[in-house]
Amino acid sequence: MTRLNARIPEGPLAEKWTAYKSGSKLVNPNNKRKLDIIVIGTGLAGASAAASLGQLGYNVKVFCYQDTPRRAHSIAAQGGINAAKNYPNDGDSAYRLFYDTIKGGDYRAREANVYRLAQVSNQIIDLCVAQGVPFAREYSGLLTNRSFGGAQVSRTFYARGQTGQQLLLGAYSALSRQIAAGTVKLYNRRDVLDMVLVDGKARGIIARNLVTGEIERHAAHAVVLANGGYGNVFFLSTNAMGSNVTPAWSAYRKGAMFANPSFTQIHPTCIPVHGDAQSKLTLMSESLRNDGRIWVPAKMKDVEKLRNKEIKPSDIAEADRDYYLERRYPAFGNLVPRDVASRAAKERCDAGFGVGSTGVAVFLDFADAIKRKGHDAIDSLYGNLFQMYEQIVAESPYETPMMIYPAVHYTMGGLWVDYELMTTIPGLYAIGECNFSDHGANRLGASALMQGLADGYFVLPYTIGNYLANEIHTPRFDTASSEFNLAAQAVTDRLQQIKNSGGKESVDNFHRRLGKIMWEYCGMARNDAGLTEALYQITELRHEYSRGVKIPGRLDEYNPEVEKACRVADFIELGELMVRDAQQRRESCGGHFREEYQTSEGEALRNDDEFAFVGAWEYRGRDVAAELHREELQFNEIKLSQRSYK
Amino acid sequence: MNFTLKIWRQKNVTAKGEMVSYDVSGISPDSSFFEMLDTLNQKLITTDGDPVAFDHDCREGICGTCSLYINGRPHGPVKGVTTCQLHMRAFKDGDTIFIEPWRAKAFPVVRDLVVDRSALDKIIQAGGYVSVNTGGVPDANTIPVPKEKSDAAFDAATCIGCGACVAACSNAAAMLFIGAKVSHLALLPQGRVEAAKRVQNMVACMDELGFGNCSNTYACESDCPKGISVTNIARMNREFLGAKLFSEKEKVIKESL
Repeated sequence: MTRLNARIPEGPLAEKWTAYKSGSKLVNPNNKRKLDIIVIGTGLAGASAAASLGQLGYNVKVFCYQDTPRRAHSIAAQGGINAAKNYPNDGDSAYRLFYDTIKGGDYRAREANVYRLAQVSNQIIDLCVAQGVPFAREYSGLLTNRSFGGAQVSRTFYARGQTGQQLLLGAYSALSRQIAAGTVKLYNRRDVLDMVLVDGKARGIIARNLVTGEIERHAAHAVVLANGGYGNVFFLSTNAMGSNVTPAWSAYRKGAMFANPSFTQIHPTCIPVHGDAQSKLTLMSESLRNDGRIWVPAKMKDVEKLRNKEIKPSDIAEADRDYYLERRYPAFGNLVPRDVASRAAKERCDAGFGVGSTGVAVFLDFADAIKRKGHDAIDSLYGNLFQMYEQIVAESPYETPMMIYPAVHYTMGGLWVDYELMTTIPGLYAIGECNFSDHGANRLGASALMQGLADGYFVLPYTIGNYLANEIHTPRFDTASSEFNLAAQAVTDRLQQIKNSGGKESVDNFHRRLGKIMWEYCGMARNDAGLTEALYQITELRHEYSRGVKIPGRLDEYNPEVEKACRVADFIELGELMVRDAQQRRESCGGHFREEYQTSEGEALRNDDEFAFVGAWEYRGRDVAAELHREELQFNEIKLSQRSYK
Repeated sequence: MNFTLKIWRQKNVTAKGEMVSYDVSGISPDSSFFEMLDTLNQKLITTDGDPVAFDHDCREGICGTCSLYINGRPHGPVKGVTTCQLHMRAFKDGDTIFIEPWRAKAFPVVRDLVVDRSALDKIIQAGGYVSVNTGGVPDANTIPVPKEKSDAAFDAATCIGCGACVAACSNAAAMLFIGAKVSHLALLPQGRVEAAKRVQNMVACMDELGFGNCSNTYACESDCPKGISVTNIARMNREFLGAKLFSEKEKVIKESL
């Protein structure tokens, strides 16, 4: 029944990538010049891919919705990037990084892809340093590392709390160099609204120029999606306001399968929600958990006194504090993986021990670390994060503990891809967060940057050649062909339809309503009855949206409401698929926690006999339920066990 | 909290703009400046008005997309923050707040408060990189970099490319932006190799794009949300002079041969 073939190379795990590279087809430099590639998105994955492909000699067109490629949301990643360099001599290796990633993902990722990721991780660090990325260094002048959740070695390279920014600026500089060289052409302020297929292969896109509203057609021999994650389906998330699923979703509608959509990551350390006008949530880096201790009061009377502002957090005696992560998980303590830490915070708040004015927050306390290491040392490690916290909350973490609560941060699910990062549409690739590939049901900290750059710099440039080698006789495409006409017309019609829906409610209102449904029923904890309810409510919302949304202004001008309207329409459809996926997966794993399936201690209870598969959904039409395909996961190297961080 | 907003409205790059007055009420002091503008826009949308266009994205102070000129200062009254990190508690209840786009010849208005800053991309394309290819680089620890240098490079590299320095400068100069990139790369051994060529190309590009000369007022440093220091401009000037002298000397030597 399944059409899914991951095309994993034969041979021992550690030799698969080398074997693949030796056996894959090449395109000679003269032919590369005749081949066009479209890259959508300029985050770590998109920018690094576009720069590397341009350098190889392909003709690259790169698209982003931002005014410049340097602003993609990878820029906001704080903590770091993992690599198996083993510089600290603490026992790290590619195998260990691979093992931690598979285990951290709760055994729902593909072994071969993850092993390759671990293998190329070291090259990323080498390249970034050569580009001038100012990673943190020791006084010896050599690079330094820190530890991160889900690992017992220190393998995380970082640039203060702005690692994503520095890595993205590195990729952006490489991209700028190629733009100057003429190998890459930049299309900024563009939304990519549809994929164009010719004879079943990806051959181009339909984009909307956000400044003029013009509908543009672009053809290519291959299309690479690097449009990031879809966390904004929850309305409130740590994603940028413009982050969206639209390019990936248009690919899904054209036949690319969407895998594990319900696998979303709720990050444990974010600044809690303050009120109804809130537009986004801000992350506080996981690296803070290296030195911060998470706690809530152990006694209900202290909780009440805190809420009535009768006492300060520091008034609560050590013995009356519940350092619940250290209590429940002595081996990993505050450094348990994100899903575990998030659920534990929810458990305490649900039990009534939450702090802050809403009772939906826990403390992240640096008092001990400041005492132990000194104010200056803490400042050099986390200075900018503390500052950011103070700007938002108007409290200094040097004086009083931070208050944090989990928030939607990352999506492990995404377009299904094979070993070559190709979707189920030939010639259409998905890289970085927008594919489902490497993180299983939960991503470890500092692994997103690693995956984005691995895909863009070191994987795709090889694998895409294997496809394009067969395309050297394919001439450039005419964008006046019937396929392009049809796709462009469909986009125009859809925009007209949204514009003319004649409703009264703003796009943001619908988006907020969708977010509430998703957070309530498909967030940190899910159950069958709730998911059924969510399905019903989302279907209602979709119908209301089609006749009730109000778009001011015109289509042929700079109009942010039009941009949002397309994105939210897609989020509503995606929300429905996420719920269906969460419902079919009758087990708990990683970030997907089904209340019906837990151990007596409240830990996620996997069901490997029935659910050790990737669930990939195939679009069957707007009002028809999507069809589930399974890619069974083979674990040859790693023995499946219950994840324990105790 | 309640506010009166005076906002610059302009249909497109060729249209004539004007300040228009709006009232907003019931704003939480914990709201960000953009959440306040969101509230205004929601009201405008549901009352058949025309929502105000403004650039914003990450809303956590790092992407550099936001760009408002608030009460005569880029990113508003609080030092060291971008507009998206500005909270309404920084204002007094009942205040009148003036909101304008960045004003600079090199940054044409797209609509309302949105400007086109692609000139900054062009400057980076002129040389703001190390010419290294993917692949074929040495191990990351082959070249030690003194921590002090690396830290100084990092400080310069934290520029978010928002353009506040240009908006703050009476000459609309981009010296701080370029100075930061030139310094970041010139301080590192990896970037040193091309330092002379880089600074000359970037400065030449800046001149072509219509940015003005340094006003020597330090307004750029004062209004930079990331606290980029003007010492970076001094370093750029040194690099530039050195590069010029060196290329002059080379010319003389070549001619004498």
